[in-house]
Amino acid sequence: MIAPDTLSGGLADPATDAARAFRACLTALSRPGTIVALRGAQPPAPLSIAAGTLLLTLLDGTTPIFLAPSHDTPAVRDWITFHCGAPFAPAEEAAFALGTWAALQPVIRFAIGQPDYPDRACTLIIECPALSANGPRLRGPGIKDSAHLSLPETAAFQANRALFPLGFDAFLTAGDQLAGLPRSTIVEDI
Amino acid sequence: MTDRAYNFAYLDEQTKRMIRRAILKGVAVPGYQVPFASREMPMPYGWGTGGVQVTAACLTPEDRLKVIDQGADDTTNAVSIRKFFQRTADIATTEATSEATLIQTRHRIPEQALTEDQILVYQVPIPEPLRFLEPRETETRKMHELEEYGLMHVKLYEDIARHGHIATAYAYPVKVEGRYVMDPSPIPKFDNPKLSDSPALQLFGAGREQRIYALPPYTHVVSLDFEDHPFEASKAPHDCDLCGASDSYLDEVITDDRGSRMYVCSDTDHCRSRRAAGFTGRLGTPLATEAAE
Repeated sequence: MIAPDTLSGGLADPATDAARAFRACLTALSRPGTIVALRGAQPPAPLSIAAGTLLLTLLDGTTPIFLAPSHDTPAVRDWITFHCGAPFAPAEEAAFALGTWAALQPVIRFAIGQPDYPDRACTLIIECPALSANGPRLRGPGIKDSAHLSLPETAAFQANRALFPLGFDAFLTAGDQLAGLPRSTIVEDI
Repeated sequence: MTDRAYNFAYLDEQTKRMIRRAILKGVAVPGYQVPFASREMPMPYGWGTGGVQVTAACLTPEDRLKVIDQGADDTTNAVSIRKFFQRTADIATTEATSEATLIQTRHRIPEQALTEDQILVYQVPIPEPLRFLEPRETETRKMHELEEYGLMHVKLYEDIARHGHIATAYAYPVKVEGRYVMDPSPIPKFDNPKLSDSPALQLFGAGREQRIYALPPYTHVVSLDFEDHPFEASKAPHDCDLCGASDSYLDEVITDDRGSRMYVCSDTDHCRSRRAAGFTGRLGTPLATEAAE
């Protein structure tokens, strides 16, 4: 039996809504530390609006997704299957991974790309309680001098940066807010 | 008028998602060429199919698009691509650099400084800077992997040995954030300094070669050179004959069969706005006089 919520909550006008959503994702990832609004989808709990919209914008049948225990519920699985058609996969084989920071641990199991194809790396979608411009200092491509972002921790992102040009990329979501943290960003404790 | 028979911005959603994922990976690894499944577009390879696909994946209905070909808004290629997106995406267009939110370019960076609210999309013919030195993709991929760029310096050295200076005048290789050597597309080396620390996001699309790469804003880009032969952003040693600009990139136009020539700004919007502001060059007339004729 499919819950009625499974079939609803998609984008009202898929082509233009997804275009606007992608521009928000592009701004977030190309300017780390910038927090943008991302709306459109009405996903089932515990998925945030931003994470749900991000899934509808980037996922399809060619992108295996890993659901961390925090988000591995029948409602979320059914919703992703109906709206995106993305297959579910173990952490090591996933192109996208979704969950809270605690549930995604250990993050070293996700794909970091290959030396000759660094693009074959996982994109983490980290659900956070809130996002703000307070926290560790960020430097690197996309950042004029420095920026600050409320990251769940710093050590894991520093270890990820040390792998550059390999490493995973991350989006952080909270409610209808989105921030990006590509592998190129240098994270410093303050 | 929009052709409603097509999806917004021509490409289907599945294709756009694939291109969008490639763009995001390109942004995450600046200067690295991300392979993507380039589609056939309703224009031939070499006419900007890579740039068009990147533009189509990025456009929103609120965008204002500018398209330039060697700096000019009014050449066949620029006019065709602008009309293509007017028809398939029903978006606003402009020729003014300052009014555009997304600029697709063939072989130039606009003279006017770009802002944080703009995206510059380059059309790229050969994205691999090492391709003319090493034709095998397996080998160039390995060279990027191992950061083995000595061959590129040998090429620049051979320029010096043969011509006395680095004779590469366009598609001048750059190194991005100290890691990947990148082809900036065939822009004149005069434009190379504008690649670095730009407030605008820069995206590169190569349709035939199926590669997308990116320079996020404020990315450090260095033109390769030698200590005793430093990089020099050169241009013709003249002023624009229409607007008098001394600091813009110039095209040489032959005006008769007795060797007469004139130099004009390659950026038509830059030249026109200077003439509108009252600047005139050696052969120029005020813009108002020309309109009245």
